[in-house]
Amino acid sequence: MAHSLAPHADQEPRTARRERIALAALGLAAVVAIALSLTVGLKGNLAFALELRTMRLAALLQVGVAIAVSTVIFQTVTGNRILTPSLMGMDALYLLIQSVLVFTLGAVGFAALPSGLLFLGQATALALLAAVLFVPILARRSDMVLLLLAGVVLGILFRSLTDLVARLIDPNAFAVVQSATFADFNTIDETLIVPCVVVTVIGATLAWRSRHLLDVMALGEADAVGLGVAWRRAALGLVLLVGILVAVSTALVGPVALLGLLVVALAERIVGTTRHAVLLPAAALTAVVLLVGGQTILAHVFGNTLTLGIVIEFAGGLLFLLLLLSSRLR
Amino acid sequence: MTTPRPIRGDLVAAAVLLVVLALVSVLVGVGRLSGADGVELVLVSRLPRTAAALLTGAGLAIAGLIMQTLARNRFVDPMISGSGESAGLGILAMTILAPGASIALKTLAASGAAFVGTALFLVLARRLPPTEPYLVPLFAIVYGGVVGALTTAVAWEADLLQYLSIWTNGEFSAVMQGRYELLWVISALVAVAWWVADRLTILALGRDTAVGLGLNYTVMQQAGLAIVATIAGVSVATVGLIPFVGLVVPALAVRRYGEDVRAVLPIIAAGGAGLVLSCDIVARLLRFPYEVPVGTVLGVVGTAAFIAVLLARPRHA
Repeated sequence: MAHSLAPHADQEPRTARRERIALAALGLAAVVAIALSLTVGLKGNLAFALELRTMRLAALLQVGVAIAVSTVIFQTVTGNRILTPSLMGMDALYLLIQSVLVFTLGAVGFAALPSGLLFLGQATALALLAAVLFVPILARRSDMVLLLLAGVVLGILFRSLTDLVARLIDPNAFAVVQSATFADFNTIDETLIVPCVVVTVIGATLAWRSRHLLDVMALGEADAVGLGVAWRRAALGLVLLVGILVAVSTALVGPVALLGLLVVALAERIVGTTRHAVLLPAAALTAVVLLVGGQTILAHVFGNTLTLGIVIEFAGGLLFLLLLLSSRLR
Repeated sequence: MTTPRPIRGDLVAAAVLLVVLALVSVLVGVGRLSGADGVELVLVSRLPRTAAALLTGAGLAIAGLIMQTLARNRFVDPMISGSGESAGLGILAMTILAPGASIALKTLAASGAAFVGTALFLVLARRLPPTEPYLVPLFAIVYGGVVGALTTAVAWEADLLQYLSIWTNGEFSAVMQGRYELLWVISALVAVAWWVADRLTILALGRDTAVGLGLNYTVMQQAGLAIVATIAGVSVATVGLIPFVGLVVPALAVRRYGEDVRAVLPIIAAGGAGLVLSCDIVARLLRFPYEVPVGTVLGVVGTAAFIAVLLARPRHA
């Protein structure tokens, strides 16, 4: 359908070829990054080291895909290429849900619950809260900057509330919450990997199947409705999906505030299109290259002195400032 | 300009409220106040703590007022717009380069770094389109976040993360006689702000108008910047980063009483002092006998107030 929308039919092959080449290059880079992450500096007990690395790799892949896909969807639904779920405070909301749970159940009660079940409950709560909070806001998207600012401040409020709740619980439980509020790619809860990967695969499949719907929704509410899209229902479903994807990535590594922004902006430059059939896989591959490659470089070149979370926050923040200054907001 | 409300009655009420809050602050705490030990407790711990909260609150609110004048936007706060974060970076640099430096020297470094960081923010913020009033605070928050991430990275490298957390979360629990006296600098700075108040009002009219009215625009801007940076440096070095006071208090006061800096300055100072002191009292009572950092309490109170200010404001900026 997007093909028939192209303005100049004779340009089609050239753009299509460029997209294919860019995607292939990204795929190759991702494969190289993955191969390097598994092999560089391998020594000692090979089986053990490989198993550890495969676990970590699976987590990084899952987080990368979840963040890339959720950001692309969120940006399309909001009609803005600078909004990300985490800028609107969604990952902070997840941590708040978690700390309230620890507060009400106590550290022991919290640990006694089966982690898979607990996680699914939290993810569902986040998706529902996100839908309740954000769909009404998104419906009134007349003043995008106000919306963005309110979202950012809302995020700070969630973080402060999390911190306050954490201070009110006893010190042992505080440590449980505290460790979750920092992005950490080195210590990953292994019991969560399988449920997170499953949820991410389902979520990514749903997103992929909605790619044409997303192309239409990118035209804006009025045009999309004109083309026969039930806007509110579609937006609600997509925001729920975003909430679940944010929950899986936050559960595994904690908040990575500006990774989504970084990844989608880069992917869009690389493939030169916003067609979702191309942008979705491109963003996911870019995320994998950044996360897996970045982690490998940090671990082996800088000897793990810097954490990836801090580097991403710094680089993503700089990019965001540049985007604001170049007024790419509208 | 909005029609200012009569301010004198409110000012008297604010003064009475401050006295009551100060009394409560002296009375609240774990130690008992009976006998000779009680007198010593009051002199060494309770009074300094109360004074520190009052001074910091007044200073941060005034710094916010001046910062908002310089940025020509009502939604910026030095503590979350890069000044506080830069001050932290300055202290961190000082700690690494000259670990033995006195607290006064560290404060100086913090103020210097805050000056540079704030100046850079103002230069960048001027390039944002003036038609979008919310773009400036958005830019400010992310700018502060970038400086903060840089500070965290440096602290991580130097293995000083725990040390860093002391001043990224403001609290008064360590304030005692001998540990807070630099904060009195703030009272001098508030006096300076009072002295140049009318020039600040003119500054807010913009460069062309201000120069037309005979103001030395650049000098006045530097002076305002210096006041903001010094308040940020002193407060971050002694009690840590306390967010949102500088945003919420001036934004609300100006909306209510108008934009004449000399007229609103006393009520803003009193409002900031009262806000920080009452949050500190709440912080001490929330989990008695333990306490919560006042920065955390203000993070919640301040953001809620910020969102209210954002969504309830009249259509003009």
